[in-house]
Amino acid sequence: MSKILIRGAKVLGGELQDVLIDGGTIAEVGNGLSAEGAEVVEADGKVLLPGLVDLHTHLREPGREDSETVLTGTRAAASGGFTTVFAMANTFPVADTAGVVEQVWRLGKEHGYCDVQPIGAVTVGLEGRKLAELGAMHESAAGVTVFSDDGKCVHDAVIMRRALEYVKAFGGVVAQHAQEPRLTEGAEMNEGVVSAELGLGGWPAVAEESIIARDVLLADHVGSRVHICHLSTAGSVEIVRWAKSRGIAVTAEVTPHHLLLTDELVRTYNPVYKVNPPLRTERDVMALREALADGTIDIVATDHAPHPHEDKDCEWAAAAMGMVGLETALSVVQETMVDTGLLDWAGVADRMSVKPAQIGQATGHGRPVSAGEPANLTLVDTAYRGLVEPAGFASRSRNTPYEGRELPGRVTHTWLRGKATLVDGKLT
Amino acid sequence: MQRHLISAADLTRDDAVLILDTAEEMARVADRPIKKLPTLRGRTIVNLFFEDSTRTRISFEAAEKRLSADVINFTAKGSSVSKGESLKDTAQTLEAMGVDAVVIRHGASGAPYRLANSGWIDAVVVNAGDGTHQHPTQALLDAFTMRRRLIGPDAGLGRDLEGKRITLVGDVLHSRVARSNVDLLHTLGAEVTLVAPPTLLPVGIETWPCEVSYDLDSTLPKSDAVMMLRVQRERMNAAFFPTEREYSRRYGLDGDRMARMPEHAIVMHPGPMVRGMEITAEVADSDRCTVVEQVANGVSIRMAVLYLLLGGNEPAVTHPRTEEK
Repeated sequence: MSKILIRGAKVLGGELQDVLIDGGTIAEVGNGLSAEGAEVVEADGKVLLPGLVDLHTHLREPGREDSETVLTGTRAAASGGFTTVFAMANTFPVADTAGVVEQVWRLGKEHGYCDVQPIGAVTVGLEGRKLAELGAMHESAAGVTVFSDDGKCVHDAVIMRRALEYVKAFGGVVAQHAQEPRLTEGAEMNEGVVSAELGLGGWPAVAEESIIARDVLLADHVGSRVHICHLSTAGSVEIVRWAKSRGIAVTAEVTPHHLLLTDELVRTYNPVYKVNPPLRTERDVMALREALADGTIDIVATDHAPHPHEDKDCEWAAAAMGMVGLETALSVVQETMVDTGLLDWAGVADRMSVKPAQIGQATGHGRPVSAGEPANLTLVDTAYRGLVEPAGFASRSRNTPYEGRELPGRVTHTWLRGKATLVDGKLT
Repeated sequence: MQRHLISAADLTRDDAVLILDTAEEMARVADRPIKKLPTLRGRTIVNLFFEDSTRTRISFEAAEKRLSADVINFTAKGSSVSKGESLKDTAQTLEAMGVDAVVIRHGASGAPYRLANSGWIDAVVVNAGDGTHQHPTQALLDAFTMRRRLIGPDAGLGRDLEGKRITLVGDVLHSRVARSNVDLLHTLGAEVTLVAPPTLLPVGIETWPCEVSYDLDSTLPKSDAVMMLRVQRERMNAAFFPTEREYSRRYGLDGDRMARMPEHAIVMHPGPMVRGMEITAEVADSDRCTVVEQVANGVSIRMAVLYLLLGGNEPAVTHPRTEEK
């Protein structure tokens, strides 16, 4: 592998520096580095970040290759500046055995756009009744450390307790989709003023908050760590803040869409805004931004959820829940967190690379941009502003809520262990 | 007026009064030996019913036929929610057959809005009830009934319902009739009170332009019209209330309670009634109950709506005899 010199980049948004990549590692960081024998990338003051890590991606393969495959999903990831994605377990068949997680892991490795770390299901078939073979998935070639029934909540308190305890044996973590099932029967959107008017089934905040409260107490009781997926309400923030103040080992993620969009958009009945957990209120959005800034919420995770066009081109009730997010995540975070002054680029690197890599134990990712570290890097043109054009997405699906919206920032280059996966905004 | 009728909230005060006044003219047609107008001759209207509702469909059909429209009835039991053909494909298929208006009843809230606003079809869309969202022609026929009874068919012309005190009782949470009525009655200047057990009121109701009460008895003496909403017996299985009898005791309208209403006050019900649940036979069959009148008024209102949305510039009733031509 040849040398690459990234010239004049703001490393983590700081001073202009040159970064020399040699092979798969960062050879040198400094000023006026020699370009001899190296391919030069003129950064022109773009921001250089460690490659982004997404702890929550739906790659859909196996089973729903009409909406995404490991190949198209990892290409979308590379386009969005990611060098690792954690692939959720709700595939068909469910990733609840060593065989399925190894298949997904191998596909990621073969395609080479982005490291794919499969997430294993907590329970067999995501049914919430019987623990899946968590140890076998951990010991497989995929080396699973994150387990989640995402899409469904591990609602049985005893099963959740056992899962939290069991994964301690190999340092795993359970990522909970917090949704009390009885309180959300027939739920279609956030329960509140807008749902009352629209006559859509309500998804009350308390259905998320009560599960988070239970699970942080369980984690405390059995001395385990727990991760909260796509935290979406102001009340959830308060509970996690309280748990952290008590020293409970809880981490939490927020999606880009919950940092930007509110349930007011549902007034259009356009299913592109249908997502689970649902879009909440302005007050929730502000609380989530603040919590991400102060570290109560540890990371941003996309919950990239591709769906074919026909599953969104219909009435609200018939539509699938979810939105794609890999290719717009960084832009939304810039819009909501950086351009608002809540977070600097070092903070973005922390919330979108360092911390998610730590939670998911993605070795070699989320590392400092310094000599000797793996060359997993993302170059961002933060001065760019443009309209979101889904037609240009690398993802197989187009179900973005941002179509036609102007957002800042554009990832121009991504390197995975020194190999360019994205150059000048084009996939290699 | 807007091009479609999706929500009662889309109507201005003047739109609503125009519809009521037009319905009054339509009602006079019903008194003639030949109950037919040539207004929509050559226009095709499809009644697209994804949900069973014989009475609403028949009401629309009667209205369409009295306006001489060509009528196609499409009943798709089960709806696209249970998959098969999508709403979009169904609507486009019908439009390809040259439909000018689609009257749609759908179990999914927002389905008529999607149909009107997604660029799927060009036809005029009339909402005949969607999920627990809206049922605007029901609200219009209710307002029409109130105006006729509380003000008078002739005296009411050009007038709204300023200052009238209207009470709606029952399952507001699951009721598109309640939502539509609150919107329209507010627009028409009425004072609306919703009465229900707290379990049958939606979270978020505090922003609605109405009062909310849990106590029927204190509300009745202050009501010019009391509308009882249907309460399905199955609701008690989901713990919305303990038993049918308890519901009936606390929120049902019987003869004793009716006696607490002002003498001029009327009892309304959108139907179908669950006798013995929200309303006793004594009340349902009394002179003060307008249920049957509401059905008749429904035809006049739907004629008015279709005429105003489709009829264009020709007057509706001024030259009725030209139909003999």
